[in-house]
Amino acid sequence: MRYLPLTNEDRAAMLARIGASSIDDLFVDVPEAARLSGPIAGLPNHASEMAVERHMAKLARQNLSAGEAPFFLGAGAYKHHVPASVDHLIQRGEFLTAYTPYQPEIAQGTLQMLFEFQTQVARLYGCDVANASMYDGSTACWEAIVMARRVTKRGKALLSSGLHPHYVSVAETMAKFTGDALQTALPTLSAETDAEALLEAIDRDTSCVVVQYPDILGRIADLSAIAARAHEHGALLIAVVTEPVALGALKAPGDMGADIVVGEGQSIGVGLQFGGPYVGLFACQERFVRQMPGRLCGETVDAEGKRGFVLTLSTREQHIRREKATSNICTNSGLCALAFSIHMTLLGERGLRDLAMLNHGLAVQAAETLAAVPGVELVNDSFFNEFTLKLSKEARPVVRDLAERGILAGVSLGRLYPGADALAHGLIVAVTETTTSEDIAALAAGLKEALA
Amino acid sequence: MSINQSGWKPAIGDTQAPAAATYTGNRALMLEEALIFEIGDTRTTGVDFSPSPLQGRGPGRGEVGASAGDENAPLPTLSPEGERANRLGGLERTASFGLPGLSEPETVRHYTRLSRQNYAIDLGLFPLGSCTMKHNPRLNEKVARMPGFADLHPLQTMDTVQGALGVIHELAHWLKTLTGMPAVAMSPKAGAHGELCGLLAIRSALEARGDARSVILVPESAHGTNPATAAFCGYGVENIPATAEGRVDLAALTARLGPDVAAVMITNPNTCGLFERDMKAISDVVHAAGALVYCDGANFNAIVGRVRPGDLGIDAMHINLHKTFSTPHGGGGPGSGPVVFSAALAPFAPLPFVEKTDAGYVLVEEETAGEHHAQNFGRMTAFHGQMGMFTRALAYIMSHGADGLRQVAEDAVLNANYILRSLDGVLDAPFGASGPCMHEALFADDGLAEGFSTLDIAKGLIDEGYHPMTVYFPLVVHGAMLVEPTETESKAALDQFIGALRSVAERAKAGDAALKSAPHFAPRRRLDETLAARKPVLVWKEPVVAEAAE
Ligand SMILES: Cc1ncc(COP(=O)(O)O)c(C=O)c1O
Repeated sequence: MRYLPLTNEDRAAMLARIGASSIDDLFVDVPEAARLSGPIAGLPNHASEMAVERHMAKLARQNLSAGEAPFFLGAGAYKHHVPASVDHLIQRGEFLTAYTPYQPEIAQGTLQMLFEFQTQVARLYGCDVANASMYDGSTACWEAIVMARRVTKRGKALLSSGLHPHYVSVAETMAKFTGDALQTALPTLSAETDAEALLEAIDRDTSCVVVQYPDILGRIADLSAIAARAHEHGALLIAVVTEPVALGALKAPGDMGADIVVGEGQSIGVGLQFGGPYVGLFACQERFVRQMPGRLCGETVDAEGKRGFVLTLSTREQHIRREKATSNICTNSGLCALAFSIHMTLLGERGLRDLAMLNHGLAVQAAETLAAVPGVELVNDSFFNEFTLKLSKEARPVVRDLAERGILAGVSLGRLYPGADALAHGLIVAVTETTTSEDIAALAAGLKEALA
Repeated sequence: MSINQSGWKPAIGDTQAPAAATYTGNRALMLEEALIFEIGDTRTTGVDFSPSPLQGRGPGRGEVGASAGDENAPLPTLSPEGERANRLGGLERTASFGLPGLSEPETVRHYTRLSRQNYAIDLGLFPLGSCTMKHNPRLNEKVARMPGFADLHPLQTMDTVQGALGVIHELAHWLKTLTGMPAVAMSPKAGAHGELCGLLAIRSALEARGDARSVILVPESAHGTNPATAAFCGYGVENIPATAEGRVDLAALTARLGPDVAAVMITNPNTCGLFERDMKAISDVVHAAGALVYCDGANFNAIVGRVRPGDLGIDAMHINLHKTFSTPHGGGGPGSGPVVFSAALAPFAPLPFVEKTDAGYVLVEEETAGEHHAQNFGRMTAFHGQMGMFTRALAYIMSHGADGLRQVAEDAVLNANYILRSLDGVLDAPFGASGPCMHEALFADDGLAEGFSTLDIAKGLIDEGYHPMTVYFPLVVHGAMLVEPTETESKAALDQFIGALRSVAERAKAGDAALKSAPHFAPRRRLDETLAARKPVLVWKEPVVAEAAE
């Protein structure tokens, strides 16, 4: 077997050194009844690289990949072009096959990268500090809600109706067990966000207000007033960003008063990958650092006074604090954080702004084109690279219909909010730098036919 | 014309002379690298874009795309006015926020140089106990990058992702088969997330029978994620005592069980590297007391293909695909932590999951779960889990097959025992008398010279060209050193490592002062962790430029 270097002679020599007569002697502590006698049911014996590749390629071919079709899906995962050098660099064995940098003297590569990543995320979000990554945007969002409870000692969280429904579901799942009270609502198909309603709802029991920016329908609302009201009442504002590219064009949530900013980093460097692995970004203002979940990398010096980096403030973490830790997270999204950081370094501020403008410009063009299709109405006044259309028909069958014609038209609100009749005609359309004018024309033509 | 030979083949010179400090701080192939904030700037980019359709539509400054390639142009912003105005709701970003960029060659060089300051499996044996740092087959990287997997959106209509759902279904099948458990939740993102998944299912099951309970019992030797997870789920955490031989004390456990105990969390093989011989009996007494059994399956590598945890009566177990099934650790992740469930817990498993129907694969989400999975405890993450890890793990399982997987467990256990016995009399093995170990060998710091500790041995191993073993874990052993070689090491590699560890251990016993200041040959000497924690510097800040002193 190509991955196993021991030969039978090696095995025999090693058993002799150990003083065992057979490999079974090493498994003596496994009770007889628990030993599997035969082979694993149904699993063939080892296979060649070629055979495995063939099997996997066959499965891969049974999918319609984003690059093969006019493609408009977003809603928390976005198709962006990732420069070739990103994927090359993350496959360097020294990054790919290392682990959590527990031994800093031989992990400065990962540690310096994390320090750079933390700084990039903090600056992008307009926050003082950021951690070394969470699993994804949805778990980062939940961890932020828990952190707000620790900071405020209150348990009522107000979730904007514009928060991604999966993020809401994750928070609801966890709240069932922690006893947090979550206030949630369904979004409405209108240009207005629920900012006004949230302002009204904040009170002295509120731990945090959670607002997505831009929201699930693509709408953009100023966070300043919510931040001010939250702070008046001793609550925190948590901003959630599912599309980091938007922050190349939009004011950062931290600069509008958000205390904690979390989000999904997938757009930068990571790729769609059918939903994972992604990378959760987590940033906050300095005063909350000791309540943060997850790993933090910090600067220090070595015995010769040279600058170096280490994991730090680990007294927050499970391996030191056990049941008193701020989170149970251990393995995070290291390699995706690296991909994010490399892509962000390639872009730089100029590139990110160019990318954002290109996304926005194409989205504006698409919105105008699509809104001109009979039976299509643009819901948004404001948007970045994603907006919601109200169709004259239920959107979900339309999306299926268009998929059959080779157009991946967007995410229907019926998929995201099954059973919510008032939303059934909504279609979220995302447009990125990968979208061409031909793609937009194809979608317009497809919608025209499907809605006729 | 004759060749001037002077300086052509110079004499080697005085090899005893000390090396001078270099101008750059580099030492030949040991290259220093500044931070991107020190070498890049906000006007440089390594990515070219075509112009935005809004270009030229707005008046004046910063037309989009117009600046591309012109580093003197102002940073692009969109004007809110103009023929085709932007739709950003008046929230456009104007001020610079200080993200430096680098050209592509500079970027490639920066990260390549950084990479060389890392130790990695690809460089050598990486015996980090409990982490299963085995070889990561490159076929799996290739497979995960097939566009039919890598370039799929999680919310595409199910007709367009049948192959991807098929991967999840196939992998789920093998995980159930290998563990002998009837159900599996695929969405957890890592081991700790899997623990959360398991405990939430346990709590749901107990609540469903109107008996929520309040305590979870965890051995002291457990990984920190176990108690942290239990606390996160709202449980009190209490210790299960261990026997002198390093296993769960069944009698003490039985005595503690009662109507307040919701579950026990047992790692098997445990973190002392021992198989919990009484596992079935433990499950039986726990069940008899109305509680459930969570098994931490981080160490599944030792028994894959040889033991099915389902035969031992457990109710839930996470499997770290990044350990047993070799998905790369990536410098800290991502991982993947599917959780297998017993029939008692299966109805409470989270959403979403894949089902095979006559019409093909379907993803059961909130919408359809009501029909036949109404007791699910909800969703743990957006979308459907770590697809990029599933493809790799499935390729790994198929590559090894039934014979290969069994050989994995056998060789992993053989290698660990070989190390354990080869260090007899060199390092103290506190449970060495408990019989053979499983896939990892545990040592303690007994017998080191005054003032020498496990940390010194770890740092000495760095100079020998190894990543140290896991140190100071598990907590039940003084100065613990947990060595997990994995099955992907050759005998020659093991012999060299054993020689190195023996040498370093002997230096620690002899009180070799040079060991106290190791490592000497790494990119950095010992780092000041106290300073880092006392005055945390977590992000880079522009240095304050001192005023010229005239
Ligand atoms: C015994 C044990 N349990 C749980 C975990 C947690 O797994 P993860 O890091 O994937 O969250 C680990 C590894 O880190 C472990 O070694």
